[in-house]
Amino acid sequence: MTLGQTPSQTVGPFYAIGLTWPSNELVAAGTSGAVELTGLLLDGRGEPMADGMVEVWDSAGGRWARSGTAPEGRFSFVVVKPDAANGGAPWLDVYVFARGLLRHQRTRIYFPDEPEANAADPVLSALDERERQTLVARQQRASLLFDITMQGEAATVFFAH
Amino acid sequence: MSIDDSPIVLPDDPSFGPEVQVDYPGYRSTRWRAPDRPLVTLPEELHDPAGPVFGDGAVGELDHDLTAGHAGDPLGERIVVTGRVLDVDGRPLRSTLVEIWQANAGGRYRHEVDQHPAPLDPNFLGAGRCLTDDDGRYRFVTVKPGSYPWGNHENAWRPAHIHFSVFGRAFTQRVVTQMYFPGDPLFEFDPIFHSVRDPKARALLVSRFDLATTTPEWALGYQWDIVLGRGGAGATPFEEDDA
Repeated sequence: MTLGQTPSQTVGPFYAIGLTWPSNELVAAGTSGAVELTGLLLDGRGEPMADGMVEVWDSAGGRWARSGTAPEGRFSFVVVKPDAANGGAPWLDVYVFARGLLRHQRTRIYFPDEPEANAADPVLSALDERERQTLVARQQRASLLFDITMQGEAATVFFAH
Repeated sequence: MSIDDSPIVLPDDPSFGPEVQVDYPGYRSTRWRAPDRPLVTLPEELHDPAGPVFGDGAVGELDHDLTAGHAGDPLGERIVVTGRVLDVDGRPLRSTLVEIWQANAGGRYRHEVDQHPAPLDPNFLGAGRCLTDDDGRYRFVTVKPGSYPWGNHENAWRPAHIHFSVFGRAFTQRVVTQMYFPGDPLFEFDPIFHSVRDPKARALLVSRFDLATTTPEWALGYQWDIVLGRGGAGATPFEEDDA
């Protein structure tokens, strides 16, 4: 017997009441290799999504962290580059939740200091150059930048569940 | 009512199953937010890493009781909401985090953006969390949330609902959804409820009034099971469920 799966419904605009998490740190700041990861969550008009929520998961390490988006659509985390699985490139899994998303969307963050591993990664390799660029964070001084754009020419690649 | 403001409720279509569409014209916020390019399918073997494991320290002893923690009792109809978190094979998911949030009995969220002219309740925040027990069971004590207007179209009102966020064992089991109450007259007008096109799948969002859960002289009881996908390798339990 197989049970029917409970469908998803939107997180809505008021998730912060229940889902505000005390920390946005995948690892404690100051941990070896810890780096700030920040970016903007943008809609199809380029407008910031100020009521969104992002989760990053280091699945290999069993760690996750959550950040709401501030009024300018900004989320931020303290992350560490995870171990690469199966000889591929290291990445962090990302879930995006927002009013207007009937189901959360799934993407990945790859790291800019891994050009060779990224070039050999089977998921990145299957994408075209524009798409690939949307999944690789940019280094800006000590921080990693990673914008998430829902629609249009700059749209981030999202993965099927 | 202009055409743009009309509620659009698409006809039922069981072929959609439990999957929701990413774009739904009746729910206006989807227009600029739902991805407009095809989702990319990942190779199966990379598909499903394990989710986080939560220890007992993740939640406080009274975090499941939304009526506690204030100077007095909240207004409204006190309810117990309980059920099990299972996978589609009926296996209970133990020690998984369940988080909820909701409007108060008057239909008002304690959130600065919510300007619905219904009163805030000083004795109600509207947030709770708990871990499932060995049978996958969660349990919350709260008050029944009110319906509220939401501006999606002319005279748009949400059916009463409680928001749920559940982790599961694997990355792909993660779900955020809404639990409804049986017999709500607003169901047929609500585009969010109807964004699930299959009526059988939609019915899985509706809780069941349960007299056995109802506590005499104290609270009405509702039962609602949450069924997550099978997950991949990451969902495999470390120990046999039947052990």
